[in-house]
Amino acid sequence: MSDAAGMEFDPAQPGYYNLRLYVAGQTPKSLAAISNLKEICEEHLSGMYTIEVIDLLVKPQLAAGDQILAVPTLVRRLPPPIKRIIGNLSDTERVLVGLDIQSGEPPRA
Amino acid sequence: MTETNAVAGKDMPELEKAPTGIRGLDDVTRGGLPQGRPTLLCGSAGCGKTLIAMTFLVNGATQFGEAGVFMSFEERSEDLVENVASLGYALDDLIADKKLVIDHVRIEPAEIEVSGEFDFEPLFVRLGFAIDQIGAKRVVLDTVEALFSGFKDQAVLRAELRRLFGWLKDRGVTAVITGERGEGQLTRYGIEEYVSDCVILLDNRVHDQVTTRRLRIVKYRGSAHGTNEYPFLIDDRGVNVMPITSAGLAHKISSDVVPTGVADLDMMFGRGGYFRGSSILLSGLAGTGKSTFGAWFANAVCERGERCLYFAFEESPDQIIRNMRSAGIDLKRHVDSGLLMFESARPSLYGLEMHLTRMHRDIEQFQPSAVVVDPISAFRGVESEIHSTLLRLADICKERGITAFFTSLSLASDHVNEADRGVSSLMDTWMSLTDLESSGERNRVLFVLKARGMSHSNQMREYLLTSHGIKLAEPYIGSEGVLTGAARQAQEARELSEAILRAQTTQRRQRDFDRRRGAVERQIAELRAGLEAEEHEVAMLGQQETGREAILTADRAAMATKRGAAE
Repeated sequence: MSDAAGMEFDPAQPGYYNLRLYVAGQTPKSLAAISNLKEICEEHLSGMYTIEVIDLLVKPQLAAGDQILAVPTLVRRLPPPIKRIIGNLSDTERVLVGLDIQSGEPPRA
Repeated sequence: MTETNAVAGKDMPELEKAPTGIRGLDDVTRGGLPQGRPTLLCGSAGCGKTLIAMTFLVNGATQFGEAGVFMSFEERSEDLVENVASLGYALDDLIADKKLVIDHVRIEPAEIEVSGEFDFEPLFVRLGFAIDQIGAKRVVLDTVEALFSGFKDQAVLRAELRRLFGWLKDRGVTAVITGERGEGQLTRYGIEEYVSDCVILLDNRVHDQVTTRRLRIVKYRGSAHGTNEYPFLIDDRGVNVMPITSAGLAHKISSDVVPTGVADLDMMFGRGGYFRGSSILLSGLAGTGKSTFGAWFANAVCERGERCLYFAFEESPDQIIRNMRSAGIDLKRHVDSGLLMFESARPSLYGLEMHLTRMHRDIEQFQPSAVVVDPISAFRGVESEIHSTLLRLADICKERGITAFFTSLSLASDHVNEADRGVSSLMDTWMSLTDLESSGERNRVLFVLKARGMSHSNQMREYLLTSHGIKLAEPYIGSEGVLTGAARQAQEARELSEAILRAQTTQRRQRDFDRRRGAVERQIAELRAGLEAEEHEVAMLGQQETGREAILTADRAAMATKRGAAE
């Protein structure tokens, strides 16, 4: 249940984002999170990211292993440090802050 | 604690219960926690919530064949394993045997950024996965409220918690949820409203710088339960709850008599000793040999091949053994043979409740036929509390037919001091040791104040602590009371000399009499001899007279014949 995007980039390259999204089943919240995440990445990290979606109903052992408490949880594995954002990622601004992405011009004053 | 609801028991099946295996807790809950339902275990920090919850799982795995999942929201798994190792729990082994799963849920509020809606499905996934892994029947959530510190959106959290507890019920697992005590409510975030089948409140009170842990069952749906506050104990032998037996007067009694261990003392009781299963108080001043009496009693118990438990609050076991050797008792051999066990602790180590709980546990484990508590006066506290503690200790012993021997230090020279008076009504036999001061010396004196159900000597007896045991001296009552020590010896000497004098007088009288009898008998003999001589003389005279008469008659006849012839 993992699909990746933007594999043509070198993971070691600085500025490269390795993201993992944990969901539990194909709930509306999960689907919203996936589409919200893809949208944000395309807009701000075009070609500089991979997204791995993990369904905990399929791999329940990862819930404890990766210390997942709520779904959806987005984990930024690269670049370090590890960051976590929970929710369906509907608040784009918070996602950008959480992922520490410079959103080009505004809204960072 | 065996009385069950007989009426309800016929109509409906008794609520199924999951035994905790915690001594005492299963008594007050009448069998354990409600099976397949969540139980809330709440209390302030340091009450032992985590330890009790873990004990529930460990006992489930080791005693009742029920695997368990421990979900910790606070302590890391490694810390937990280390912390409960002090209770003797080898969690690593249980984990390796697939009887226990520990899942630490890490909550880092600083790391969590929230964007949009979310739920706590992973918690369910994790729990479900862990339960399925080992087929768990028991679950602990320690302290699930920690979630509230990590997530600001309480509405979501509350809805999810409600769902979680419902889900636990659906899974049919017996769950224990711990919660921190809150202001004005049982838990800080009021989760008791979601877990309402059974609520147990823990408490850790400090009184006079001594803490006492207490436990109370606030509610237990569908089951009768003990309603009091029960003291409990956590130490290297696990968790122990002390059920307070309030009834206490229904115990069976025995008319068997057990010797006091001091032969002379046995003689002071009409039946030759104490009743088995009775409680005996020996009060006395410092240095009157209370412990020695206790040790002789313990020795007598062990010599009959019975077990004796000795609670020492003033001396260490080694010290007692050494000291008693000088009194002629070899306690070491009884310790070695396992008949005698010492439990030493400073009275200030715990509160009264804790001491009682500890003694109760030791009695349960060792199953002695006699108990020595030396001394009860070491307990400091409010008199009513000491009284209730001793009452319960006496009841614990009586219930089990254990002969209990208590010593008590009297403070004043007054042999009936306040504390004694307070506990004396609990005691079946009461002896007092005191010392009498006279002629520049102090001498020890013993007397029996009461002995329920048997006659006893009313005498004050001087006793001597010798290296061959305790010897009671013969009583001497002088004009100023009992004579003891040198005065008694002087009296003994005086009596001895008087006896000699009396014997001498008698002998002299006898000699005088003998002499007189000799003299009189001699006189009698002389008189009789004189009489005999006279009698003889009289007889002689008589004979002479008869002879002369005969001659005269013969002469007269001859003359008559002659005259007749002539006539």
